[in-house]
Formats: sequence, C-alpha cells, structure tokens
Amino acid sequence: MSTNEFNSTPITPELVKEHGLNEEEYKLVLEIMGREPNINELGIFSVMWSEHCSYKSSKKWLKTLPTKADWVIQGPGENAGVIDIGDGQAAIFKMESHNHPSFIEPYQGAATGVGGIMRDVFTMGARPIANLNALRFGEPEHPKTRHLLSGVVEGIGGYGNCMGVPTIGGETNFHASYNGNILVNAMTVGLADADNIFYSAAAGIGNPVVYVGSKTGRDGIHGATMASAEFDDDSDEKRPTVQVGDPFTEKLLLEACLELMATDMIVAIQDMGAAGLTSSSFEMASKGGVGVELWLDKVPMREEGMTPYELMLSESQERMLMVLKPGCEDAAKAIFDKWELDFAVIGTLTDTKRMVLKWHGETAGDLPIDPLAEASPEYDRPWEVTPKQDRIDPASLSGKTSHVDALKTLIASPDLASRRWIWEQYDHLVMGNTIVRPGGDSGVVRVQGTNKGIAATTDCTPRYVMADPVEGGKQAVAEAYRNLVATGAKPLAITDNMNFGNPERPRIMGQFVGACQGIGEACIALDFPVVSGNVSLYNETNGVGIMPTPAIGGVGLISDLDHHATIGIKRGDSALIMIGAATGELGQSLYLKTIEGREEGAPPPVDLNAEKRAGTLVRELIELGLVRTCHDIADGGLLVTVAEMCLAGNIGAELYLPDAGSEIAWLFGEDQGRYVIATRDPDKVLNAASSSNVAAVIVGQAGGDAISIDGGAKVSLSELRELNEGWMPSFMAEAIQ
Amino acid sequence: MKSAVILFPGINRENDAIAALEQATGTKPTVVWHGETDLPKVDIIMVPGGFSYGDYLRCGAMAAKSPIMRAVADRAAQGATILGVCNGFQILTEAGLLPGALMRNASLKFICKNTHLRIENTSTRFTNQYGKGDVVDYPVAHHDGNYFADEDTLNRLEGEGRVVLRYCDVNGNVDPATNLNGSQRNIAGIINEAGNVLGMMPHPENAIDPLHGGIDGRGLFKSMVEAVS
Repeated sequence: MSTNEFNSTPITPELVKEHGLNEEEYKLVLEIMGREPNINELGIFSVMWSEHCSYKSSKKWLKTLPTKADWVIQGPGENAGVIDIGDGQAAIFKMESHNHPSFIEPYQGAATGVGGIMRDVFTMGARPIANLNALRFGEPEHPKTRHLLSGVVEGIGGYGNCMGVPTIGGETNFHASYNGNILVNAMTVGLADADNIFYSAAAGIGNPVVYVGSKTGRDGIHGATMASAEFDDDSDEKRPTVQVGDPFTEKLLLEACLELMATDMIVAIQDMGAAGLTSSSFEMASKGGVGVELWLDKVPMREEGMTPYELMLSESQERMLMVLKPGCEDAAKAIFDKWELDFAVIGTLTDTKRMVLKWHGETAGDLPIDPLAEASPEYDRPWEVTPKQDRIDPASLSGKTSHVDALKTLIASPDLASRRWIWEQYDHLVMGNTIVRPGGDSGVVRVQGTNKGIAATTDCTPRYVMADPVEGGKQAVAEAYRNLVATGAKPLAITDNMNFGNPERPRIMGQFVGACQGIGEACIALDFPVVSGNVSLYNETNGVGIMPTPAIGGVGLISDLDHHATIGIKRGDSALIMIGAATGELGQSLYLKTIEGREEGAPPPVDLNAEKRAGTLVRELIELGLVRTCHDIADGGLLVTVAEMCLAGNIGAELYLPDAGSEIAWLFGEDQGRYVIATRDPDKVLNAASSSNVAAVIVGQAGGDAISIDGGAKVSLSELRELNEGWMPSFMAEAIQ
Repeated sequence: MKSAVILFPGINRENDAIAALEQATGTKPTVVWHGETDLPKVDIIMVPGGFSYGDYLRCGAMAAKSPIMRAVADRAAQGATILGVCNGFQILTEAGLLPGALMRNASLKFICKNTHLRIENTSTRFTNQYGKGDVVDYPVAHHDGNYFADEDTLNRLEGEGRVVLRYCDVNGNVDPATNLNGSQRNIAGIINEAGNVLGMMPHPENAIDPLHGGIDGRGLFKSMVEAVS
C-alpha cells in the first residue's frame, strides 16, 4: 500500500458511520485534523472515541467518585490502582469487563478478559497473586445459559490456571435480563514493591519505542467499537472481532517483563489492550506530553500483507509497548530472547506532540495526540430518576411455606446453590499462599514471606440497583466492605466495574447516575475509595437492557494472619450472635422472589454510619482473637447465613425466633450491615458491641448435626448439603445429555 | 543436602516446590533453566508443576525434549532422587523415565481440590516416613491426570510395588467412587524400576503449611531427605 492508496479510499458518510462516529463527532474530527482524515486516521478516531476507550458518556459522573486516602498511591487513570500495604509493599488491582466478546465466544472472550486484566496489573510492575471474577448469566432455563456458563468458566480457568495465579473468589448470578448479554468481569490483584511501580507516561525525546510479546495478527480489529454497540440477532457474525488468547505467551511475557523491571531500563510501559497499538501509543504520548513516530513496517506481524490500518487497530493479545532508556535496547532484548518473545524497536519519541505513522518511509497518518486522547467528546446525557418502590409489608406475604421448607428451597436455588462446580475448575492453590479459599466471604492470600494477608471480594446485588440505583450502589460497596471485614481484613479500596445498558436512554443513564451517587456516598462514609475501574455500556440485546450491575471489587489487609476468620462454625459449644440491627426488609429479597414469586419492593436501605460502626467492631473482635468464625448476612437473610456457616463447619445449630414481629422478616429479611459470629464468650462480645453502640443479640446456639428453628422443625445438614451442592452439577450435567 | 528445581517455560509451581524443598532440606534449591545441559551436583531433583510450553502438542511432550532432560535422564540412571509432580509427572512419562501416560481427566474438566491418597508402599525413598495404608490429604490441580498404561504394565507395576499412591476416601477405600480423574486402578503416583524416580499428580508441595493446605505433604519431602542423608 502506498501513500496514495491510504488517501485513495474515499471517506464517505457511510464509512464514517461504519466507524461508529456520529455527524457531530465527525465534524470535530475535521476540525481537529484541518482536513479530511485518511482511512488509517479515521480508524484511529473511531476506536479512540468509542465509548469503551473514551468513557464519553460516563466521564462526567466517574469524576465525582472519591479516589483519595492516605494509603492510595495511584488512583484511577493508570493501568490499575495502587495502594500501600505497609513494609514498602503495594497492592495493585483492577476489575475489567469482557462482556460482549464472552457472549459471542465464551471461552476466548472470558480467557482474554482474564489475560487483559492480568496484563494491566503486571504492566505496573506487580506480580499477580490473586484473580477473581464476577459473572452474570441468563436464567437457567434459557437455552444458551449452560453453554455460556460452561465456556466462560473453562476460559477463565484455561487462562488463569496456565498463568499460575490462584483464582480465589468471585460471584455468579442468574437472571433473565442477562439472557442476551452476559457479564464477565475479571479482577486481578498484584503485589509490587512500593518504590518500583511502573507508569505509562512516555518521556525522553529520542528514546526508543519498543514492542514486545506476541506478533500482531488480524484478530480483534474493531473490538472496542463492537463492545460499544448494542447486540442484535446478527451479533454472532461478530465472532471475528473476538481475540484469541495464548496464556503460555502471557506467562512468558509476565516473567520477561518482571525480569526487565528488576533492572533500570524502562521509562514507561503500557499493555496493548482494547484498541491495541493505537490506544497504548496515544495514552503513553498524551500522558507524557510528547509526540511519537511509529515505524509500522517494523511491527512483528503474524501474517503477510497486513496494512497500517490493521496494525493500528488489531487487538491481538499478549503485547506490550515500552519506552526504554537510550542505549538499553540490546540488554533488554537479551531478556526477551531468553523468553523467546518478539522484541522490536518500532519508533521514537518526538517533540511534535503528534502521532506520525510511517510505512516503509512514507507517511500513513499524522494526527495531533492531545485532542484525540484527552479532548475526546464528553456527553452530559439526559437522565431520569428511577421511581422509588414501596417497602414490602410482611403482612402482604402468603406465608404458606414453612420456614424449613423455605430454607431448603432457597439453599438449592440458582441464586444460593453452591458454586463449587465453578471454583473447583480454577486453580485456587497455586503459589502456596491461599489462606481462605473460594466459598467464603472473601478470598485471602498471604503476602509471600510475611504473615500479612490480602483479602479480596467482588460484590453487587443487581436487583437492588434496579429497584433503587442509589441504595443499590451503596449496598454493593457496603457488601464488599462487609465481606472483607468478615475475614478480619481492614477494607482499603475498591475497583468498580460499571455494567449498564444503553446510556442514550434516559432511564438507563439515570441508573448509572444513581449508582455513581450511591457508590460515592458509601466510599466516603466507609473511607474506602475507588482506585481503578472500567465502564461497560450498551449491554442490551434487541433493545432489552441488563439489570444495572455496578460490580465492586474490594481489597483489604489482614495485618496478622494468626487472627483471621472464616465462615465455618468450628466448635459445637459456641453461641451465635447477630451483629447489627434487624429491621425486617423483604423488598427485593430472595425469599420474596423464590418463595413468593414476587420481584418487587424497596431494597434494604444502607445505614452507612451503622455499617462503619459494626464493621469496625467485628474487625477488632477478630484482630483481638475473640472471634474466628464470622459470616456477613447477605442474600437469603439470617437463616441462610447460619445454614452456610453450619455447612462449612459441618456443625449444626439451633436458631431462636423473636418474641414479637414477623418470623419471616426475622429469618429471611435482607437488612444490611449485619454479621453472624460464633463465640464461646458471648458476654465479652455483647459488652464490646454495647460500648461501640452496635446492636448485637444472641440468635442461636451451635451444635448437633441439623439446623432447627426454636427447638421445633429441623433439617439435617446432610440433606441441606445435598440440596446446596446438588443444584449446579445436575444443572450442568443436563447439557451433556 | 542439595536440591535442584528444573524450570521450563510455562512452569508455574516452581516457587511452591522451592518452598517445600527449602523447608525439608534447610537449603534453597538451585533453579536450573531448561536450556542448560548440565545439572549441579545435587541429591534431589524436582520437576515441578505448571503448563510447560502451554501444554501444546501434549502435556509435557515438548519439555521432555529440552536440553536439560538428557542430564536429568543421566542422573536418573546414576540413581539420583527425582520427583516429578503434576506437569513434572507428565514430563517424566514423556521422557520415558516412567511408564504410562496421563490423559485428560474423565470429567474433561480441570480439578482443583484436596483429595485423600492411600500410601501403598512405605519402603520407597519418597514414603519412608509414612505407615502402610496411611491416608494422607494433598491438593490436586490438573486437567490431565488420568493415568493410563496397558494391562501388562499395570500388573508389573503392582507386582513390583511400584504403585506408591492411590486416590481413595478418608477411610482409605479405593473404588470407582473415589477415583478422582479416571486413572487406571486409582493410580496417583508411581516409581520407576530402580525406585529413585517418583511421578505423581497430587501436590505434596501444597501440603506443607497448616494455614494453606495442611501438612500431610511434609512426610514425602522428609522421606527424601532421610533416604539420601
């Protein structure tokens, strides 16, 4: 292709539209360029200004989120967030979605999602030490659900297991709103030395721009644009825009990068994720305030005949872009040679603040950097407040199901059944530091060589967010906080993965705005800032949007692993104490949905001050060694929580009923800010709660091999276990027949 | 007491192996890159788990052809104590140092969980710290651990006491219900004819720490130390 050919493709209105740019945006393109762009330049504008890369609909609201605390080293804006965990060490983490690709091709979509998020973390100099994932599938009855679940889980395992990073937790929901648009959100936590963190701002005019990793192929071209559009019935035809992962190469890339990072040769580094070489080069240049000249013919290519357009837009995986100190090329190359990876000097930094693309000496594109990277469009989209729903009056329940039968139904329901079938396919033990395995409130990994633990969790209750985005947003943050506290960790910071429908609909935009407000309020009240995140919009198929799903990934620190808690009851002679006040909220509860068949009502409100007080108390009790068994009360309410603690410890319990008020609301209400702890010294715990102004009451007594309610109806643990463990394996087995 | 850990591209449990060997021997093992042709003078050689060469072609097939494997084979012939775990077991079978092959799990899925194992032979240099019939608890984490060999080979292995570990339940029952991955005769680990090379799918190196996976695996490492000191 010669210069003439780049310029000979006519830029028609149809071509502009195919590139996802509207008329207004194209006018801005013409203004910025001062001329008509050529095809390469148009392609670059297209991906840089896609919703996925530019955050044009969400920026205005994301800016309102609190991002600061004494322990935050790096907030949003880099590849991942960085927090101080003491002793000169930092935890680096982020969660990111790979929703659209995973629906089209579940194995590769999920696998490359995991690969991408791990690259974001090790780009910054951290070794990944834990993976988590937050998954949402359609209703179990939907014909695609098994296929998608099976492929996604295999893809996550296929990539994470090969990388040798334990997958220690996550969550999985099923709901009809995800029938045509599943959510796959992957999170990675890494560990680095606080004084050896790598950033992406390019610097040093004349410094070499270096490409390392896999060769560039034609896969994933326009993936970012695809991820920024709604689905329709023809979406399966978009399969070629899904990238193909190679975890083996990524493992080599990880080791090679960490080896190079132990030297002093790197100025800046950025992984090639969405929008590949385009996005990485523009971001590095824009942050550093420099220009770049790229020699595209030097890019390692997987096949012959590739064009500058394809090279700039390819989303081939397992690639990194670096700026090296001058004269370091040979020493750096030796490391990549050892790991049998490509290494190519493909450009140089200039002082022009322009991106100049060269192709065999000819100019294939010439664009200003800042207007593309930083001055991309920002929209204040119209939005509507979500109407409030009424609180559910327990008197409106039919109440025809016995408590024990309700428990049995709930614990075997798709919402609450054991996820063992999923997490046994993930290597959760590699690295030898997994202290709390999947199935608890948070996963916990030890910081190698210390007695510190990093706890991590992912949380969101989409049905709450749907009913009330502000309360639901608060709740997602509060639940992450609670899940960390329940292991004894001090919650430090979150990453948010905002999955919503089409932001051009005011109702959907209102969900986004409300959720941001709720998340922000909770972050401030709980001293739990946002340090990284990702937005995934247009999660719709044929005009039907998903439930709003702002998934929150929380990270906390356990300073002494000798004092941490798990959910399993450890002794039969323990009292069970509920920490936090019961108010009997049944709106949007699983009881209401599963037992009464009603998906309605106001979700449980979150009292952030009470949340903080209860959380601080519980963490202190664990730190003091007074409590080793703790579980937060979440989906399903008190009875389900106690049942999970009994199943995990293989010790039964008797649960008491209140003297007055609705038994159903007591047993199944999903009131927030609560925990159940087991202790042999209840007085000490009750006194501590009382002096901290936290509600606490004995709700039962551990012992035996069954769960009984007030000395009456009971169910054996073995029956309950069969129900809880049985659902998912038998559901998935039906797929094979 | 000196030991070495062989590192192939794509191996990922080398640090777990290093920790276990260091705990048992008191000395950090030497890490030997697969491209080397010589091994240092060591008493114990461990081939750790992971995904050497991404499991491409066949698990362990490409690593078995790496330069270092000639040196490993030489040391095996000289009687060195060699332990291959998980991918290490696959590599040793592909290298012809152990009979049989590891096929895809019968479930066709990756399995990560703790499992019970019955110690079948306590007179090996890997199991001398255990009692006959002891049931131990180690984690497994593999996609291709389904041990296969022809009937003659299996009979010979059994006859010579070379089946060292079998999948079982907490009471030591070995039956189809306790067969984790479809392995012939529930076999989880075997030794070579000379008794100096053990290959096994479960991970004793992830069972050396009460906070992580229990401590049942310590006996296996201690056995090697006792045998060579």
